[in-house]
Amino acid sequence: MNSSTVHSSKIVKRWLDEMVSPLKDLIRADQPVSMIGIRRGGVDVGRYLLSKLQGDHLVLDPTLGELNISFYRDDFSTIGLHPQVGPSHVPFDVEGQHIVLVDDVLATGRTVRAAMNEIFDYGRPSRISLVVLVQRAGHELPIRADVVGVNLDVQASQYIHLDASSWQVNIGEKG
Amino acid sequence: MSLEDPQFNEQGKLQHFIDLEGLPAEVLRHILDTAEGFAGVGDRKVKQVPLLRGKTVANLFFENSTRTRTAFELAATRLSADILNVDLVSSSTSKGESLLDTLRVLESLQCDMFVVRHHLSGAADFIARHVAPHINIINGGDGQHSHPTQGMLDMFTIRRHKGEFHNLCVLIIGDIRHSRVARSDIAALRILGTGEIRVAGPRTLIPADVESLGVTFFPDIDSALQGTDVIICLRLQKERMLSATIPSSGEFFRTYGLTPERLALANKDALVMHPGPTNRGVEIAGIVADGNQSVILDQVTYGIAVRMAVMSIIIGNTENLRRQSELTATSGTPGENL
Repeated sequence: MNSSTVHSSKIVKRWLDEMVSPLKDLIRADQPVSMIGIRRGGVDVGRYLLSKLQGDHLVLDPTLGELNISFYRDDFSTIGLHPQVGPSHVPFDVEGQHIVLVDDVLATGRTVRAAMNEIFDYGRPSRISLVVLVQRAGHELPIRADVVGVNLDVQASQYIHLDASSWQVNIGEKG
Repeated sequence: MSLEDPQFNEQGKLQHFIDLEGLPAEVLRHILDTAEGFAGVGDRKVKQVPLLRGKTVANLFFENSTRTRTAFELAATRLSADILNVDLVSSSTSKGESLLDTLRVLESLQCDMFVVRHHLSGAADFIARHVAPHINIINGGDGQHSHPTQGMLDMFTIRRHKGEFHNLCVLIIGDIRHSRVARSDIAALRILGTGEIRVAGPRTLIPADVESLGVTFFPDIDSALQGTDVIICLRLQKERMLSATIPSSGEFFRTYGLTPERLALANKDALVMHPGPTNRGVEIAGIVADGNQSVILDQVTYGIAVRMAVMSIIIGNTENLRRQSELTATSGTPGENL
């Protein structure tokens, strides 16, 4: 089985652009809205989407919040604290807001669980929606995305990585 | 420290935090970078992260120190750990129990970490070498030897306000000889590649071989101050005056006290630091301690984030080692978690 695949930036941008319309519906339905990306991949995806949503009469905070969820993982001793990822930065009040949480890949759901726990420590949002570029199999928690760029069918032994500098998605065997 | 430095576990990861001397720069930088992440926690609505939920930290204070104890208490609380304060000053050790017996009793309380404060140099190192392997030790100050978390919070303060260390000139004023803070600061500054480290103070309070620590000694404070970016004043302990190593506190202030006039000799925007508690009119003028170049209160705030970083790093390393050995025992491999 050929285990290594690269999805070009053309394809990845198409996935991203196809997310914009359902995302607008999601935002219009509920206001005010702020977007938070999970470092690092989710921040890159969030920035891209936010730039596509500007100037469309949407009540959307133009700044992107950023979360480093290391302090909320249930397995931090195994995966480490990764200070190079940079600290969380949420420059707006989440109280009563609809928070659109953005990540690059949704798999087990543990990252999203950690992110939601962290968001609640900033305040009580009125709603949290989940937006991911790639959804894959392997859910370990009852967490699903509201907007998905693409569903990719990969083996449990494979990783999916978004390289935001080239907007390529690489799939390969886990080392 | 020796090759068998008890600070590292069998994977070469930090398991105890006893002394900065001999630690690699990347370990210090990892602590500072991790502390950056914790620094924002105190500004949030919920001033707590769940990282050490279910862990118990015991403050073992064989010597009184309200500030250090409170800072560790708050750091543990913000990591969601439970904290136990054991006052050993007026307790079993004074009733004749040996330190090892006390240690065995404390181990039986099923704690995960001991923060040790002791009036004897080497006490934390001794405890780290004899404690049960699942317990992490942090040195909260031992005799005249070391106060590594104070050293790291001073580095965090300097880096936050002045950036990287290689271009900086740092001056430490006062009782270098008896100060564990000075020792830890000098070790950390050297490891992090500080451009120039200076010390100034009365000869009686400077170790004879001070230059071997990698610092330059200035008997005259005015020339020491010229060109400095960071000034660390040390607390002059009253017992030094009683032991006649200096004539009087007034005399000390006249010769070495940090006054506005003296501060003007340093670089513009030089930082003024002090580990506290400050003696106004002894080592520092009140107007300087309260002035806009002073970061004395920032040091206190940053001390919490730095202690959170040290606690979570060493508990995480020990937990990881335990998981790895469990996995090896069942011959499985750790899975990737996305």
